[in-house]
This record gives sequence, structure tokens and C-alpha cells, in this order.
Amino acid sequence: MSKVIRVENLSKQYRLGEVGTGSLSHDINRLWHKARGKEDPYSKVGEENKRETKGNSDYVWALKDINFDIEQGDRVGIIGRNGAGKSTLLKILSRTTSPTCGSVKIKGKVASLLEVGTGFHPDLSGRDNIFLNGAILGMSKREVKRRFDEIVDFSGVERYIDTPVKRYSSGMYVRLAFAVAAHLESDILIVDEVLAVGDAEFQKKSLGKMNQVSEEKGKTILLVSHNMQAILNLCSSSILLNNGGVAGIGDTLDIITKYLADKSSGNIFKKEVDNSKIIQLTRSEIKICDFKKLIIEIEIESEAERECSIDMRITDRLQLPFAFGSIGSLNYDEKCHLRKGENRYSLTINLANFALGVYYISLDLTNPNIEYYDRVENCLQFEVIKDPSHENKRYVMQNWNYGSYHLKINE
Amino acid sequence: MDKSTITTNKDTADSWDMIIEPKTSWFDLRLHELWQYKDLLLIMVRRDFIAAYKQTILGPLWHFLQPLFTTIVFVIVFGRIARIPTDNIPPPLFYLCGLTVWNYFSSCLNGTSNTFIANSGIFGKVYFPRLIIPLSVILSNAVKLGIQLLLLLGIMVYYATTGFQINIGLNIFWIPILIVNVAVLGLALGILISALTTKYRDMAVLIGFGMQLLMYATPIIYPMSFIPEKYKTIIGLNPLTWIIEAFRNGLLGQGMVNLPMLGYSALLTMALLIISIMVFSKVEKTFMDTV
Repeated sequence: MSKVIRVENLSKQYRLGEVGTGSLSHDINRLWHKARGKEDPYSKVGEENKRETKGNSDYVWALKDINFDIEQGDRVGIIGRNGAGKSTLLKILSRTTSPTCGSVKIKGKVASLLEVGTGFHPDLSGRDNIFLNGAILGMSKREVKRRFDEIVDFSGVERYIDTPVKRYSSGMYVRLAFAVAAHLESDILIVDEVLAVGDAEFQKKSLGKMNQVSEEKGKTILLVSHNMQAILNLCSSSILLNNGGVAGIGDTLDIITKYLADKSSGNIFKKEVDNSKIIQLTRSEIKICDFKKLIIEIEIESEAERECSIDMRITDRLQLPFAFGSIGSLNYDEKCHLRKGENRYSLTINLANFALGVYYISLDLTNPNIEYYDRVENCLQFEVIKDPSHENKRYVMQNWNYGSYHLKINE
Repeated sequence: MDKSTITTNKDTADSWDMIIEPKTSWFDLRLHELWQYKDLLLIMVRRDFIAAYKQTILGPLWHFLQPLFTTIVFVIVFGRIARIPTDNIPPPLFYLCGLTVWNYFSSCLNGTSNTFIANSGIFGKVYFPRLIIPLSVILSNAVKLGIQLLLLLGIMVYYATTGFQINIGLNIFWIPILIVNVAVLGLALGILISALTTKYRDMAVLIGFGMQLLMYATPIIYPMSFIPEKYKTIIGLNPLTWIIEAFRNGLLGQGMVNLPMLGYSALLTMALLIISIMVFSKVEKTFMDTV
């Protein structure tokens, strides 16, 4: 095995705000320092790239001191929150922009697929666009010609091949574009989120294709995606980026677990106290999420001592009801006794029976059959990416009586 | 990728094909890559041509109409009203001759001067030698130039049959070289402007009226022989002046062929080309951050 990509101390700095007269004065200052042989005065400033917090500097490091090596034939997933630096990293690797410092060494031909259908011209036919797109991605006309039939076959749009692509459905467009990219003759393939498009069948087909080229031809693949299932299926190892730095490298499952466990990854709902409501939910947060259980902490603000029931609705990706659990609305004796002020509860959900997929949690605070206190739709979200039983059987409990889901309460 | 491969940073005997680094030399032009992407260049030219005439009825005929109407307006305004002499050449032929060259120059310059801004979408997604785009503009415009030359030939034939003496001399063999010079000059200025306008767009505002002014400083609506002595030097400094004069001489037998000044035009063009390619390659590496 030999190394095909080596990234050393890679950093990239961006300037925030608009380009205008302010940036001109910085440019002049920079030139002035350079002319006297001094260091760039702005390379020292710059802050960690955190989206939420307001910084003091006009400069941020989108990437800071990234180091890793990739072996030939590796399939590496790159994950991280929005703004973690994934796309910047891919941009540097695919040479659409330069790093601020550090270096990347690459062995072999790189093809990057940061977007499907780059350079497609709406007025040209599918046939012409295959050649155009292939050439933009670095294929010679002869290479495209040789693989033309394969590309058309893979895309499944043979009938429309002489029609301008502006008449294509968006799905056909993407299929054709991906088909070209999948048949690139490169040693390293860099893919960014393109699997988010196309229907389920095609997504599966393209993942399968990437798997196949990697296995048969020893092609190295770098995949950026928010689709954890895709990453898990395709990639043997992964890199987790956080605020421009590497937060973890290793086995994909470990890295994904680490990523999902990261508290700041959006698994939290917060709200200011609204004085018009007697009882309200002010915070809910996924505290622990492993492959077996989910622990949620909630905070309820109450104006006075009251009784209240907490209902939890879990819906799937399509907002179809999946499970319902309640403390109090099915058995009035179980109702929570709220104190005046802040009340905290912790709820545990057993994930053993969840099928793979994304789920949403909605919370209702009610006085059963009397009034609604507060209702928060889809306040939390979680994803089951791996069958917790490590076996291939999955089932959903078939008891349709309300309350079949037992919520433990540990106050 | 296990842990042992991640931490080692000591150099092995690996030979790398490509190293991406922030600092690059002014002379790192990677022109050999252009050759690898020659197919892309041809496909781009084809694309421009097809896309321009999709869903038009007249198609390439439009290239006849634009110079034709401009010539008619020039004949009326500068010939009939202002009565500027045309070196004893029938006015339509005189204007069309200058316009054909000028149109090629201005379309090359205009077409390449927004290379970075107009293509930032595609440039941000995939790497290929950026020079391919301006080169494809030059070539597509060369096709249009060919069509306009046909029109010019047609008008020449018309005047020849009505009795006007056309003196095609040996100077006609200069014409291909003159056209290449015009193309390279347009390319050089165009990509220089495109490189300088990625961050600060002030220059782009200038191009519109700058081109108009330049046209009046080029002997298109007047012959060089008509210019008073004291302005001759200024207009003579315009590299296009001598190219257009020589072009007219080659086709119509009228106009000055000033070899030293043609040499000056060619040298200036080469110098501009070298500088602009260097600036262009420097800018192409980071322009995505500032465009």
C-alpha cells in the first residue's frame, strides 16, 4: 500500500465581510509588509471558525493545521457540521482554490465531483453534454468515446440522448451527469454530497458504482456527506472535522459515533420564557445517544404549582407517527407535579426496536382532556444509523394501544 | 487508514505527481496542461457555436447583419454628413474593412475580459487550465471573423464588377499574421482585465467606454493619410492602427504598410501576452476567494 494523498499543516484563511475599500487598505498594508520582507500582518490574526459566536477579527481560519495521509484504495468519509471546513478541504484538494499555508501532495490523477453536471449547457443535447462534461472533468475525447455506451447505459436516459438537456427532468439530468463522473478514468475521486439528489434507486446505484470502482480498480475515494448511512456503507475510515480542525480520524463507525455524540451538533431545542403561557417547555436536549438508548433532558417553566402530563410523539422522516409515549395523559395518577419555576425531567427511549432512519421528537405539555399548555413540533431529531442488535432483523412493536412505549422517568 | 499511517510525517521515497502549495512562482504557468485539455478547447468552441444559434431562424447569418448595418450607418454619418475622405476607396468597402478587424479585436477583448467573473460557477467546482476559456473565446470569434471576411469578399467582388479597381498585392500574405496579432492583443488585454477585476471591479466599468474611445483612436472611419501631422504620433502608438492600415493595403491596395511600426505592434503584443499570462495564472489560484 502506498500513500496517495498527504496533507501537511494545511490551513486556509478567509476574510469576512464585503470586499471594498476596507479590504483595499489591508491589501496595501500587506504589500507594504511584503515589500520590506516582513511576514503577512494578517496571517497571525484570525480566529477559529465558529459560526454562532461573533468574533473580533475580520479573518477566520476555515481550516487550521490539518494533517492526514490517505492510502491507495482507501475510501474515506469526511464528516462534520456545516461550516466545519469540509468543502474548503475538498476545494483545495481539487485545486479550485489555494491553501493559505501548508501543502497537499497527491499521487495520480484526481477527478473531483463537487457538483453534478458542472458545465452542462442547457441547449446542447445529452450526447454533446457527455463530451463537454467529460472534457471539463479531464477526459480526452477518445476516452469518452470509448466509454460512451457504458455511460448512456448507466444513466438510463438513452431515449433522450439527442434532446437538449434543458428538456430533461431534473432527475434525468442528475443521472446523466453522475454517469459521466462515475466513468472517469482517474486514480482519486473526490465526491461532495452529490448523492443527495436522484431517487432512492439511483442513490443506491451510484453508491454501488463507487464501491465497485474502488474495489475493482483500487480507486481512492473521498466522500463528503451528511448522509451517515452512505458514509457507513461506503467508507472504511473517516475524518471528522470541527471548526476547521481535525477532531478525529479512524474507523468510520467510531468517528460517526463521536460526531453524533457531539453535543453541539444541533441536538438541542431552546426557547425564551414566554409570559403569556402558564406552563411551557424552555429547553430539551439529547443528552446521551448511543446505539441502544436515547436520553433526553427537558426543562419546563411553570408559573405556579400545577399538574401536567408530558406527551412525546416520535415521527419518522415523512412525519408519519412512529411511536407515542406519555407521562400522565393515559394514566392520570402518573401526572407530573410541577413546582413553581423551573422543572427538569429526563426521559429514556430504548432504541432496540427502531428501524434505520431519521426520527423527530415532538413534545406536548397538557392537562389531559382539559387544556394544552405548550406544544413543540419536531424539537429534536435523531438518526438510527446502525441496527443496535447487530443482527439483520428489525421490527417495530405491533401493539397499537396507546402508551405501548414506556417512558421511564428519573427526576 | 490505521493510526500508524496518520501520524508519520517523515519523508519516504514517494514521488508525488502534484504538490498543492500556497506560494507559487510567477513562472509556474503549467502551459503544458493546455495541451492535455485540447479536446476541451475544441468542444468549448463547438458549444459556443451551437449554443449561439439554437432557436434562431437566421443562425450564423446574424454575423452578416451586424457589420452590414454598422457600415450603412457609418457611410451616412461619416461619409455623407461629415465627409471624411476614404483614400479613394468606396466608403462601404473602406468602413467594412476596418470594422471586420475591429469587431474581431473588440469581441476577443470583451469576451475574455470577464473570464473569471462569468465562469466563477464552473471554476469553483472543477479544475482545468483556466486559459482554456479565453482561448475558446478567441477561437469562436475567429469563426465569426471568417464569416465576416466572406461578407467583405462578397462586397469586394460586387465593387470589382461595377468597375472599381481592386489592387490585391503581395501584402495580402501578411493578413493571417495580422489577424493572429489582433487575436493575441485582444486575448492579452482581455485576460489582464479579467485578472485585475476579480477583486476590485472598478476596471470593468472602464471597458465599455474605453473600447468606444479606442475605436475613434483607430483608423476605422478615417484613413491614416487624413490625420494631421501633430496627431499622427499619438494615433501611431495605438498598435491596432498599423495592423488595420496594413490589412487595408493587403486587401484593397490602399493604406500604409509601415514595417517598423508593425514590428512595434507585434513586440508590444508579445510583451503584453507574457505579462498577462503571468498575472492570470497568479490570480487563477485564489480568485475563488475574492470573486
